[in-house]
Amino acid sequence: MTILQIIFLLTAFLTLLAALRVVTSPSMVHAALWLILALAGVAVVFILLNATFLAVVQVAVYIDAIAIMIIIVVMLTRGAVRGQGHTVSKTWWAAALSALVMLTGLLVMLLQAPVRGALPPTLPLDQEAFLERLGQALVDVNQYILPFEVASVLLVAAMVGAIIVAWPLFVRRGEEER
Amino acid sequence: MDSFWIDPFSFIGSQLAAWLTGLGLAENWVSLILQLVGALALGTAVLILTFLLIWAERKIVARIQDRLGPNRVGPYGIFQTVADLLKLVTKELITPEGADLLPYNLAPLLAVMSVVGLWAVIPMAPTLLGADIHVGVLYIVSVGSIGTLGILLAGLSSNNKYALLGAFRTVALMISYAVPMALALLVPVLLAGSMSMQEIVLAQKGLPFLLLAPVAALIFFVSSIAEVGRAPFDLLEAESEIVAGFHIEYSGLKFGMFFVAEFLHAFTISALTAVLFMGGWRGPWAEQYTALGFLYFLVKTSLVYFVVIWIRGSFPRIRIDQMNALNWKLITPVALAGLVVTAVAEKVALELGAPRLLTHLAGNALLIFAAAAGLGAYARAARRRSELLAKASKAEAPAG
Amino acid sequence: MIPLSWFLIFAALLFCVGLYGALARRNAIAILMAIELMLNAVNINLVAFWRYLGPEAVSGQAFALVVFAVAASEAAVGLALMISIYRRRHTVAVEEIDMMKW
Repeated sequence: MTILQIIFLLTAFLTLLAALRVVTSPSMVHAALWLILALAGVAVVFILLNATFLAVVQVAVYIDAIAIMIIIVVMLTRGAVRGQGHTVSKTWWAAALSALVMLTGLLVMLLQAPVRGALPPTLPLDQEAFLERLGQALVDVNQYILPFEVASVLLVAAMVGAIIVAWPLFVRRGEEER
Repeated sequence: MDSFWIDPFSFIGSQLAAWLTGLGLAENWVSLILQLVGALALGTAVLILTFLLIWAERKIVARIQDRLGPNRVGPYGIFQTVADLLKLVTKELITPEGADLLPYNLAPLLAVMSVVGLWAVIPMAPTLLGADIHVGVLYIVSVGSIGTLGILLAGLSSNNKYALLGAFRTVALMISYAVPMALALLVPVLLAGSMSMQEIVLAQKGLPFLLLAPVAALIFFVSSIAEVGRAPFDLLEAESEIVAGFHIEYSGLKFGMFFVAEFLHAFTISALTAVLFMGGWRGPWAEQYTALGFLYFLVKTSLVYFVVIWIRGSFPRIRIDQMNALNWKLITPVALAGLVVTAVAEKVALELGAPRLLTHLAGNALLIFAAAAGLGAYARAARRRSELLAKASKAEAPAG
Repeated sequence: MIPLSWFLIFAALLFCVGLYGALARRNAIAILMAIELMLNAVNINLVAFWRYLGPEAVSGQAFALVVFAVAASEAAVGLALMISIYRRRHTVAVEEIDMMKW
């Protein structure tokens, strides 16, 4: 067992544990904290895959933005869930069954693939040159500029939409008070 | 022995590695142990440095306020911080009733973690660097925002209205000011052509980036001060305003951790400003004698830290709506424009062969002029609006 | 060296945990958290395949970056919708938001 394998097994175990606590925790704030741990575990897995840029972007986007948003919204909607009994719906066994079926299907399919035992080839470029190539590919007319621009437009639309949807009721003109 | 004097850090590292290999360990275990030891040493050194920082701040602020500061405990009061921290350690850790225990205890840890983690990528000498990752600048942005998470959790879990209010305002402030900070961080990246911190220091060969991009340096400095939560942006913990904000319900060592994290964060952003804009460890003979490089780094960082303390002692506190208005109406547009201007100036200097310094200074002067003109127009419009309001209310008063 | 199958199994497990969470939880925000887990599992899959089968192409990491952007915008809009629903109906349990059911 090399060091990398031990680190990967530890990280994977921790991440899966955190993910299980996310979906079973009765308190929303605790679930959000376990989610942060799971996201950090995924960032470590990215580093093990030699994608350090994506690992840092994962921390910056998911933990610093999305997780904080989730915690703030949990705080703002706390009055609703106080005193509510269950956190899972009545048909949770159906959900567990379908998740198990999906897991079996995925594992069977993945373990049949001919590349499953593949060892990582040596990286042709060092990380900095690869990052430069990635940056150029994202703005190259023949490569990935279209998804890049569409993602930007999507982000602007989401920002504008989120602000309008969450605007307080009494500020909207021409809308009757409820 | 002369290789110790020329390059003490590599010398110590190679001696340790040789000793560990002599004990019979495999290659990658040796490097793992060396990295762990290095991380431990860096974290401990940085936390112990905080004693000196708190003492320096209290003395300097005291002199600005025309008094002496701590001068009883030890020569010139140097051990005052030790006494304070001893007192904090021996205090009782009171947990408020109804507090959510997991986030309550996690928050001070996250706050300290985010600050100490920043020191991993700061190059303190040509060969004294935690980890030379090639996305160092992005690492700073992401790890720096983990502190925001800690503060949010602290306010949330304290079961206290004032803590919640303080946490909301703090998080809004920190998230808002992270935007111009990240934009201003992109300017040295653009000028150096790499996101690695060591590369940025190496690229400041002839000119520090302070001369090439003064507007970006100023914006980074100001938004970092706002990120840390120091005066004049210290609404979050103003005793007279909101009863100490998000860390009301913390006592003893947990409060001590927030305390240490704040002072250390101020020193860390001084170090970042020195590295990114003032050349870090650069100076005469720094490449050959790395200990000199370390000395230059300390001198530059202390200079910027002195300016931070000076600002703290001189400016009044800014209101929360003024802070937000300042950020979104002035600093962020100027930061965006500054990024575009730097890119254009760099391209112009490259293609047309114009002298680099003059092109960048011209672009920055244009930026400052445009910002001043915009501010002037905004002030005139505000003044006209308030005059109209005063006239309207005066017209109503005789009738009423 | 870590074989590829380990990463794929890990991603599949993470995806199925997220799937269970998205189907079984009552709180809308918990469903969103489970969806984020699923998106992370997809990202791990993409980057693992990029690393093991084609590290000279940039398509793996470019795709993962687009998934990041999409996840962020979807989380933002979803949370804004939840705040709006909470303001009107004072609940975020998905079983009680059923005015459009037949």
